[in-house]
Amino acid sequence: MKELKKAYYIARKDLKAYYFKPPLVSWGLMLPFVFILAFYLRNPQGIADLSPGLVGLTLLFSTTSMAAIVISFEKRIDALERLLMAPIHLRTILLGKGLGAAAFGFGMGLFTLVVVFFLFSLHAYHLFSLLISLLLSCFAFAFMGILISVGVREVFEAMTLSNFFRLPMVFLSGVFFPVTSMPWILQIVGFALPLTYSVDALRQSLLGHKGLLPHWVDILILLGSCIFLFEIATVIFRKRTQEM
Amino acid sequence: MEDKGVIQVQGFCKRFGEIQAVDNLEFSVREGEIFGFLGPNGAGKTTTIRMLVGLLKPDAGSAWVNGYDTLKDPVRAKESVGVVPESSNLYGELSAVDNLIYMAQLYGVPKKEWKERAEELLKDFSLLDRRDGKFQGFSRGMKRKLTIAAALVHRPRILFLDEPTTGLDVMGARGLRSVIKKLKEKRVTVFLTTHYIQEAEELCDRVAIIVKGKIRVIDTPEGLKEKVKETEVLEIQPRPVSPSLLQFLEGIPDVEKTTFVEDKIRLYGASVHNSICQILNRLETKGIKILSIRTMVPTLEDAFVKMTGVDAEAMRADKPMKMGGMG
Repeated sequence: MKELKKAYYIARKDLKAYYFKPPLVSWGLMLPFVFILAFYLRNPQGIADLSPGLVGLTLLFSTTSMAAIVISFEKRIDALERLLMAPIHLRTILLGKGLGAAAFGFGMGLFTLVVVFFLFSLHAYHLFSLLISLLLSCFAFAFMGILISVGVREVFEAMTLSNFFRLPMVFLSGVFFPVTSMPWILQIVGFALPLTYSVDALRQSLLGHKGLLPHWVDILILLGSCIFLFEIATVIFRKRTQEM
Repeated sequence: MEDKGVIQVQGFCKRFGEIQAVDNLEFSVREGEIFGFLGPNGAGKTTTIRMLVGLLKPDAGSAWVNGYDTLKDPVRAKESVGVVPESSNLYGELSAVDNLIYMAQLYGVPKKEWKERAEELLKDFSLLDRRDGKFQGFSRGMKRKLTIAAALVHRPRILFLDEPTTGLDVMGARGLRSVIKKLKEKRVTVFLTTHYIQEAEELCDRVAIIVKGKIRVIDTPEGLKEKVKETEVLEIQPRPVSPSLLQFLEGIPDVEKTTFVEDKIRLYGASVHNSICQILNRLETKGIKILSIRTMVPTLEDAFVKMTGVDAEAMRADKPMKMGGMG
């Protein structure tokens, strides 16, 4: 409980110090809206179908934008030492960092949902499943960002690496066209990406469409992704702290 | 190993590649004392502090801080100490009071005391009028003060200070030294590293001299001076000055060691005072003028030079400052 409280304080500090800054907010929202606008101009009729993808992309970009650089950035300004010297377990530090990113992503996701509901006159098909899907997607993307952040030494490496993963995800995760319509080799890549399950879960809970997988399977895979990414990040972080 | 040490270190070793940064350190720090780790840059001072506060794992050896094993019980050990690293690394985006409250949260201070302790520390460190100012806008001296305040927010009984005055101007350094002296009055045990000999002499109850990862000697500043009291010191100000002059002077009988101190040269030897005429004659034949000459009682600096062979000038050189990013 003590450790959870400390994770919460770390997250709250990160939100205050880094997240609610104009560049981060605009970057988290702008890119998904630009993508959707491009597709809307091409095919205005099918735009409502893209709304789960729009929400998924917003979650992905808003959570990872800072999560992917937060550790390397704090290492660079020596502030990470503050946390490492404090009586906190390494896992708590990463949990706190992930929690901050996920909370920011969740807020941005909710904002996007409101916009989507208003623009496309939609309502949530299954609100509880929608919120669970949103929450797990945020944590999965946040820990993906944290994994990138602990895996690199410099901020610019983190930015390059996060785009290396994020940009292909935009096109291979069923945001704009179904994963099953892609060549088999790209389907394998698509099914390895957490955004695929996020978009699939959102599509089912938001629009009530039939998904690639049952909704509960998407949820379990997202949950598994959270645990897997967090554990890998912890192992790398533990190793890296001894090299500092 | 002495008993009742609030910090006890046994056989600490750390190697980075080919470099043995710390080599079999053994020492103990008594409760309530200011204990100084004195050595040139690269001697292993920061590595030792990083191992003691759990930032680095030693290759061998163990340490106990306030009775907690730093390897087996790192969280409890960390809870009981405050650490001021070499760089003032609080959060630039947060205000002075928010930084202190954040530290109180991380160290498990009860919620109702966060604000009260933060305000109290800001008052103690004369920063109350800047309580809502962002850390990134503070001067170097103010940043240093707030970093020390942040390390005291959970009222630790031991404070680790890594090079506390490096990079500060004379006034800033003087103010900080008085803060450290006040901590002693509050019975806080202070473990500080420094490469400023005068600072160690002014502040420390005991000093460990560390060179190339090994402790050469541990004693009080007076005890260290006592060890070289048989040595006579002569300080001359020659013109012109060249590095080859040291070697030339060491060729004179009775001169055991020489070192530069700014634009002067200090000569050490058991009876160097008796050789003043000979030294002056030798320098005159070389065409070197003497602007001033004086005999001296050995200082801690002289004791340090005599015991370690490290040039006093090398000790004065500051470490290159790290380039900071945002905040």
